[in-house]
Amino acid sequence: MTTTSTNPGWLVAKRLLHAAMAAFGLVFCWWALTSGTGWVSSMRFPAPHETWAAWQQMLWSGYANALWHEHAWRSIRLVFMGFAISSSIGVLLGLAMGASRKVEAIANPVFLFLRPIPPLAWIPLAIVWLGLGDSAKLMVIFVAAFVPSVINSFSGVRQIERPIFEAAAMLNVSGWRMWREVLIPGALPSIFTGLRLSLQASWTTLVAAELVGAIAGLGQILNQGAQDIFPAMILVGMLSVALAGWLMTLVLGAIEVRTMPWRMA
Amino acid sequence: MILQEKLSPQRFWQLTSLGAICFVGLWTAAALAGLTSPQFLPTPWAVLDRFVTLWSEPFAGAVLHEHVLASMRRFFLGFGFAVLVGLPLGLLMAWFQPIDRLITPLFETIRFVAPIAWIPFAALWFGTGIGGPVLIIFMGAFPPVLINTYRGAKFVDKRYLEAASTLGASHWRNISQVLLPAALPSIVSGLRISAGLGWQSLVGAELIVASSGVGYLMVRGQASISTATVMSGMIAIGMIGLILDILIRRLQQVVEARRGL
Repeated sequence: MTTTSTNPGWLVAKRLLHAAMAAFGLVFCWWALTSGTGWVSSMRFPAPHETWAAWQQMLWSGYANALWHEHAWRSIRLVFMGFAISSSIGVLLGLAMGASRKVEAIANPVFLFLRPIPPLAWIPLAIVWLGLGDSAKLMVIFVAAFVPSVINSFSGVRQIERPIFEAAAMLNVSGWRMWREVLIPGALPSIFTGLRLSLQASWTTLVAAELVGAIAGLGQILNQGAQDIFPAMILVGMLSVALAGWLMTLVLGAIEVRTMPWRMA
Repeated sequence: MILQEKLSPQRFWQLTSLGAICFVGLWTAAALAGLTSPQFLPTPWAVLDRFVTLWSEPFAGAVLHEHVLASMRRFFLGFGFAVLVGLPLGLLMAWFQPIDRLITPLFETIRFVAPIAWIPFAALWFGTGIGGPVLIIFMGAFPPVLINTYRGAKFVDKRYLEAASTLGASHWRNISQVLLPAALPSIVSGLRISAGLGWQSLVGAELIVASSGVGYLMVRGQASISTATVMSGMIAIGMIGLILDILIRRLQQVVEARRGL
């Protein structure tokens, strides 16, 4: 159950080799089940070459009213806008709730009420209020990203250890310096956990909202693919959703490392 | 400024009720201001009233408790499958390294696809039958069960496994009598995450591929521009989600108490 080799370079190479073998095996099984043996009809699940063709079509001639990068850009921009607005308000509120018991007590009932409602359940309400356009999607993303960022910044402040506050009090740290040098850095790891959860929730919610109704966006590829019964395009849509989600987590991870250099070690 | 001491219970309740009153007050004021029609933004009382009537007056083909039952049935099917597959698979992956190597890359790839993105395939494979929503719930609920079981079992103290093996325990007994009980707290906390995600995926699935259930009720409410109906659906979804979470938290407490954590 343990690896005997300790050379890190060799370990990485071995990992990569395993990953490549797994990827190759996966594609081979996929090919074998679909076009190789024909056990899975291409009306149920697309064969590799069909998916490749759909991918090419998506990239160069477009599908569901737009080219791939236009869909992707539209979705990513929306998520980014909603996420940025929502998490900046959410983190501030969470920090305030963490720092002050009074703010916590006042904001508490609204949270008790909103927290159990899953973000996806806001979609019908957003559509009634704002229609099928971008503003409805921003509303849904806002709700999705808000709760995790508030809760995690709140608990981040509460998890700061008491001696740190005592030291800060001894050094007469107060007001703005208290926020900048004690509360925010102390809560930062937890804030980032919250941001990651928020981003994930925003992305899932946007895809769902686009599935319910959109003019363009990655969810719209899925939607149109389902309506046209075009399995290869559905798969392309799913892969695009996964790819974009993965890229966004990667970017956030990079920001996290930059913001908290002291955690590198 | 040092962190404030706890408020007295009396002060806490005062402030909390102030918050609640402000929330309801602002909502009511916005609804009564006459800027929008009551259909668009009903007062809180109108929403509660609608919520109560939905229990006796059918909407979208059924009364509210039938919708709730339909949703619950789907949820427990999907969640049950996720546990039935995820738990044994997680244990096997922790015990047999080749299975781990085989499944992990596949799982990591699939995990990045949002559960909701399976909806088109769910519709293609199952039509509007029960399989579609169950697939979506499965996709939402499966990853946390697998990950937590795997991590829980992987971090079991090696000495227990060595002791069991020295005493001649077979693979099966090592897994079922050492790994499983040792991983239980981690598994239960995975179940809690998984129930939450599964419930959320169910709502998404019902918005798109279902003809019953609370999500469907909300879609129909949306189609007839009845905000009160949509909000009643949200209340029902929130309440059931909360009850599920409380039940699993109970289970978690029982497991942790037995373990002496």
